[in-house]
Amino acid sequence: MATFRIKRFNPEKQAEPYYEEFQLEVPAGATLLDCMNLIKWTLDGSFSYRMSCRSAICGSCAVKANGHALLACQRQAEHIIDNDETITLEPLGNMKPVKDLVVDFTPFWDKINKVKPYLEPKEAPPEKERRQSQEEFLLIDDSSTCIMCGACYSDCNTLEVDDNFLGPAALAKAQRFVSDSRDSKTLERVKMLSEPGGIWDCTHCAECVERCPKPARPFDRIKEIMTVALDKGVHNNTGARHALSFFNSVKRSGNLNEGRIPVESMGFFNIPGLLSLLPVGIRMFLKGKIPPIIHHSIEEVDDVKRIFKELDQ
Amino acid sequence: MIQHDVVIVGAGLAGMRCALEASKELDVGLLTKVYPSRSHSGAAQGGIAAALGNSEPDSWEEHMYDTIKGGDFLNDQDAVEEYVKSAPRVIYELEHMGCIFSRTADGKIAQRSFGGHSKPRACFSADRTGHAILHALHEQLMKNEEKVKIYNEWYMHALIVDGDRCNGVVVSNIQTGEVEVMHAKAVVFATGGYGRIFKITSNAFASTADGVMAAFDVGIPMEDPEFVQFHPSGLYRQGILFSEAARGEGAYLLNGKGERFMETYAPSRMELAPRDIVARAEQSEMDAGRGVDGKDMIHLDLRHLGKERIMERLPQIRQLGIDFLGIDCITDCLPIQPTAHYSMGGIPTDKYSNVILDEEGTRMKGFFAAGECACVSVHGGNRLGTNSLLEAVVFGERAGKSVLEYAVGIDYGNVNEAQEKTRVLEKFEDVFQRDGSESYNDIRDEMKEIMMSHCGVFRDEERLKVCIETLNGLQERFKKGKVTDKGKLFNTEIYEILELGNMLSVAQLIATAALRRKESRGGHFRTDFPKRDDENFLHHSMVYGTPDGLVIKPKSVVITKHQPAERTY
Repeated sequence: MATFRIKRFNPEKQAEPYYEEFQLEVPAGATLLDCMNLIKWTLDGSFSYRMSCRSAICGSCAVKANGHALLACQRQAEHIIDNDETITLEPLGNMKPVKDLVVDFTPFWDKINKVKPYLEPKEAPPEKERRQSQEEFLLIDDSSTCIMCGACYSDCNTLEVDDNFLGPAALAKAQRFVSDSRDSKTLERVKMLSEPGGIWDCTHCAECVERCPKPARPFDRIKEIMTVALDKGVHNNTGARHALSFFNSVKRSGNLNEGRIPVESMGFFNIPGLLSLLPVGIRMFLKGKIPPIIHHSIEEVDDVKRIFKELDQ
Repeated sequence: MIQHDVVIVGAGLAGMRCALEASKELDVGLLTKVYPSRSHSGAAQGGIAAALGNSEPDSWEEHMYDTIKGGDFLNDQDAVEEYVKSAPRVIYELEHMGCIFSRTADGKIAQRSFGGHSKPRACFSADRTGHAILHALHEQLMKNEEKVKIYNEWYMHALIVDGDRCNGVVVSNIQTGEVEVMHAKAVVFATGGYGRIFKITSNAFASTADGVMAAFDVGIPMEDPEFVQFHPSGLYRQGILFSEAARGEGAYLLNGKGERFMETYAPSRMELAPRDIVARAEQSEMDAGRGVDGKDMIHLDLRHLGKERIMERLPQIRQLGIDFLGIDCITDCLPIQPTAHYSMGGIPTDKYSNVILDEEGTRMKGFFAAGECACVSVHGGNRLGTNSLLEAVVFGERAGKSVLEYAVGIDYGNVNEAQEKTRVLEKFEDVFQRDGSESYNDIRDEMKEIMMSHCGVFRDEERLKVCIETLNGLQERFKKGKVTDKGKLFNTEIYEILELGNMLSVAQLIATAALRRKESRGGHFRTDFPKRDDENFLHHSMVYGTPDGLVIKPKSVVITKHQPAERTY
């Protein structure tokens, strides 16, 4: 017998959400969704959530189980029961609850829309198919497995503090077109994606990779867009400058020049930006946290340089 | 009252392809009870058929013959001809829109073998072809968002008709519970299938016959409901799909003795015979006690394909096996069984996707249907794998063109908004007022059980009569079901009840038509009449609702190029 501790919410009846417990004998081989259905169909018909395909392809049934987003149809219930024989079910995070486990997906789809999620071809199509090599196909293979379930969006740590962030799903969708050999707008896309709210606002926590139920792995896709952006020379933004400064510092000295990175990230001629760093700098100075003015290389810096040289080739 | 030139119900492949076409000149409202990307088209795995000839020479003539032979000669051949001829063009168009496809060494769309097709004809995107096309079409709608207004999570309750003209639909917003009238010059149904009436099915929870029954309720007959396809490789007990692509890539089917039993049933095509034949072979093996471990289970063996090929061509179904069963098909066999998969029957249409009212082909004005909910009929008694994605795209586009021809320049018909709304509100009220002595869950389970055991892969008169009797009893009990949630906000319970009502009705149509068809053809197999009987049954079934109950009339099959011949593989 397992306990399902479910976060219930129905604003028609009660303004505040509450937790309700259901006891259920989990049938052998039952998925979490099977258990949710048993609760709905035999214990409480008002329990609300989304579901459709049962085979991890429609993306309807993402919920939070024991604190983490997952697809309810994809997981065997017995694999997620915790030590107290309990599964806690809550709605996805970073979206507004509508009722029980149903959340409002509007901001999710608005952000998908923002990345122009459609092919902008180079020229008028040929009579037959455009050619694309299997290697080119593989560049967009993973991102195209996304099922828009919202699990990554739910557990994204950046979104929790910054509503403007496009979020992992939209950025993965963007990579689908940035890296499509048939698309003509690569430069425009990476410029747009380098703006605030885009790729450089990702904090690299990789939570989205942990939560993604498919091979889409959004953070991996974000890194791919970063690479394309830098390759295309889209450097005129704090994020790219920060990455390049980081790279150059390690390349030159084998470690980070922590005095230089914030200045280079902001840009040498960005006077208002640099001034905005001053208060932090002064506070650091007063607390004795300012890094040494003269930056020293590590002893094995020649080895580091050799690595960079080999990577260049 | 909401108004659009055209309202399309269903946002899978057929609905979205139709929307793209119709929005060239008309204002379109596209309604879905889920979200477009959640439509069940996305669950199609193996491929979409077209005689591109990218890996072996192929022709539309061969595609046509394979389709007709696969359908056991019940297909309307004029429609099949146009359909297979359009196939290459519509697939190139999908590619041009941005749909991703697996590729050959020279960069063309890759093609693989499939059951009943004599050539490698299935264009594919690994093992998620439906998903790839669904998302490509959704992308195009996002690009054209000012032309197509999408109503996510809205439910269609009823058609609004005035004589032989359709003027809109009555709908409700699932999120708020508000009932609305959608006034339209033309309505297109692309509402999919109804596999949920069977205990073991590959279908999504959303596949519940809403469209077919809404049409039937306004007096439109249903065509060929007795033809239901059972897919040979459903996951044991869950029924979810393991693509036929596995067999297309060379997987074996093994019985409990470890034998490749298809040798007995289809020696020339083996595992790649059409689905009806393979599903029956599996059921025969299981019925004879030769299932794996004596259970209703067959083994799908991919081990000899090797890790590399499985990872490249079938990564998703490998993951399904791991997630749902803890079985990795690289090292072990997958347990499978036949699963209700596709409905060949549906709302009768002509080859222009126009809904017809009778066996003479009289058109209903302003009402169109495409995809699985429609019966054109290009599939006849049994559909070949990869022909359904093609059907959805070809006839989705065709419906869009027909809507343009019909609706551009005409006026809206008359609608009595209050009256139409009241009809649906009364339906809700009726459900809320029931005495609550019965469990809808029990009724649903019993329906699924009886349809599987008595109206499934094998049928006979006795079992069908029991099935119909049982369904009659369930209909009565349905009127006394217990509802818990009487709120308006995202009330999923009430929609499940309405869906169950539709399913009980369509189950009756299926069993009744199956009882009357005293022959075996395609997906319909009568153990008491195991032979095809062209003399008496080479015709479609048109099932009408009348005050005296269901009446079935024959509709002739269009035969152009291929006379019915013996069907062996």
